Amino acid sequence: MTPVKLYPPKPEKVYFFGTCLIDLFYPEAGMDGIRLLEREGIEVHYPQAQTCCGQPAYTSGYQQEARAVAAAQLDLFPEPWPIIVPSGSCGGMMRTHYPQLFAGTGHEARANEVAGRIYELTEFLLHVCQLRLEDRGQPEKVAMHTSCSARREMGLGETGPTLLARMGQVELVEQARATECCGFGGTFAVRHPEVSAAMVEDKTQAIEATGVKRFVTSDCGCLMNIGGRFEHQGKAVAGEHIASYLWRRTS
Amino acid sequence: MSASGVQTYTPREFHRQAHDALGNPQIRANFRRAMDGLMAKRRDVFSDWDLETLRELGANIRLRALAKLPDLLEQLEANCQANGIQVHWAENGDEACRVIREICERHEAKAVIKGKSMVSEEMHLNAHLEEAGIEALESDLGEYLVQLNEQTPSHIIMPAIHLNTDEISDIMHEKTGTERTRDVDYMTAAARAQLRERFMAADVGISGVNFAVAETGTLCLVENEGNGRMTTAVPPVHIAVTGIEKVVEHLRDVPPLYALLTRSATGQHVTTYFNMISSPRKEGEHDGPSEVHLVLVDSGRSNIYQDDELLDTLRCIRCGACMNHCPVYTRVGGHTYGTTYPGPIGSILMPHMMGLEETRDLPSASSLCGACGEVCPVKIPIPDLLVRLRREAVGEGRGNVPGAGVKRTKKEVAAWKTYQWLATHPAAWRSGTAIAGKLQALVPSKLGPWTEHRTAPRPAKVSLHALVKQHKAKRHQAGKSDDDGEKRS
Repeated sequence: MTPVKLYPPKPEKVYFFGTCLIDLFYPEAGMDGIRLLEREGIEVHYPQAQTCCGQPAYTSGYQQEARAVAAAQLDLFPEPWPIIVPSGSCGGMMRTHYPQLFAGTGHEARANEVAGRIYELTEFLLHVCQLRLEDRGQPEKVAMHTSCSARREMGLGETGPTLLARMGQVELVEQARATECCGFGGTFAVRHPEVSAAMVEDKTQAIEATGVKRFVTSDCGCLMNIGGRFEHQGKAVAGEHIASYLWRRTS
Repeated sequence: MSASGVQTYTPREFHRQAHDALGNPQIRANFRRAMDGLMAKRRDVFSDWDLETLRELGANIRLRALAKLPDLLEQLEANCQANGIQVHWAENGDEACRVIREICERHEAKAVIKGKSMVSEEMHLNAHLEEAGIEALESDLGEYLVQLNEQTPSHIIMPAIHLNTDEISDIMHEKTGTERTRDVDYMTAAARAQLRERFMAADVGISGVNFAVAETGTLCLVENEGNGRMTTAVPPVHIAVTGIEKVVEHLRDVPPLYALLTRSATGQHVTTYFNMISSPRKEGEHDGPSEVHLVLVDSGRSNIYQDDELLDTLRCIRCGACMNHCPVYTRVGGHTYGTTYPGPIGSILMPHMMGLEETRDLPSASSLCGACGEVCPVKIPIPDLLVRLRREAVGEGRGNVPGAGVKRTKKEVAAWKTYQWLATHPAAWRSGTAIAGKLQALVPSKLGPWTEHRTAPRPAKVSLHALVKQHKAKRHQAGKSDDDGEKRS
């Protein structure tokens, strides 16, 4: 279990680490996250030199390569502002694994310091911004898939659902086995494609069985996996990053 | 695994075996149903417990035992001997088999009855005894069925969990002549009657050990069927076989671990039987074996012990909760792993026993979803250990696991070096994403296995880096104060 985290008051400025998946495939999700923060009166700084947190190499066992990539990100956040990450997976990497990755190296102190400032987006919106949401959308049922890293590594199983509960017109329905992995797992989907496919098939079936036409997630890896499966089957269930969903319905 | 006729699986064939299991609706349904039931039972039975505190306690008991392991083993040996239990040390499975066979031969044993013991599976004891002309019969109901069906266990707690009622009925009908039925009570009673005779006729009983208590020289055995008690009490000789890590320091360490074990494993508050074996039959006692032996097996464990990270592997109390909660195990079942211990615990333990060359696909057979680590009653950081073994497999670890570096290929190294270069050269990275966006239409829509089941992700026309730049420029024009504050872009 993640120890209880004491949240600071809402800051004036934050850093935004957009993640490589969002940068390349889902940039609007990143923009919507930035817009939500700016609407709270926060100045959002996006270091243009950011690339990837290093997790794909890290979980594949390529420790040196992961460390080199992670070290390049450590330099991006010189001011003591919170660092907001719209992904539990990358957020978990930076908060939990950066300290392990740099333990005993010259970067150790900085890695620990950066790790201490990492917040997953929904966590930050809920606990630091105390976000209020005025839902302007049509009444809708929606399902949420919280990523395993957000849920277990960062201990944030409830932040997404709590934000959705603040949306007046949205009814959150829980799919069967909601806490089970969707089968993405980064390079797992490549190294064990058949097992991964069986997992995502079960996940899409569970979501579809709730009768929703839309699901949201706080991680674009899961979105790519679950959404890609629905699309491949020609199913009319659309996926969206939770930041986009919240922004779209409240702006 | 090695006896002729026994169905064989090997970790080298993980992918093929996974393919077969995934395509087998019976296997899929059996495991899904069983694992769903086990998860629900565990959740319910812990619902009124402060589980985190109990797990912390369990972890600390195991950590303390491991910290003192060499001393505790000596203490265990001395106290067992003082109790009249004969203690044997075996460096590997073969040696343990030889020790056990020699004890059997000394007693001219022809028939051995066995309680459930995964360590005996680990060293293929049954096959070894069979070669020496000694018949070893499993008495745990699940093990009995698996043995009748010439298979190996598919789960460490529930060896026959891959079989459903109809399949069990068929096996019992074909091998023992019982009626075909869906009446579970009938089949259980039939197996009980069949086994009862064998208990009475057995020359030696062989069991495992759940906890070996150093301060008292007591062997604790946790079970539900009474077969453990019969195995250890009826035959004239009892041989207990276990791994060297099963030792705990104090008798008072047992209740918390037992509470965690039964609840984590089967969702039970207690098991039907909890045996504490502390000596052979004493003068004036009416039953019990006249000889009790303890065989302590290393089989790579002391090598694991040398590494301060891998050491955590040895905390395991063999509850099986990690496999019950594993989304991969649930789908492919236990046999797919091709190892004595399947699922997450197997994937962090078997590489040490079989080497990474044989088990190369096991550490990667996890989405790192963390469910195993979340439920482990002694808080083994299983996902971290899986990553550690992936590191060892590609030659970027400490090099102290057998077969280290076996998965390192020039092609994959080149791919990760390219990734590293791009991700440490931000300007090149940005150009790369920009080009990918522009060439959107040229990005292949077929990406190997990914696109057999999903559509390919499409690079966005404009990357987040570029969108943020445009956004900042607009805000700047609109008179908002913040610049992007970048000195290093």
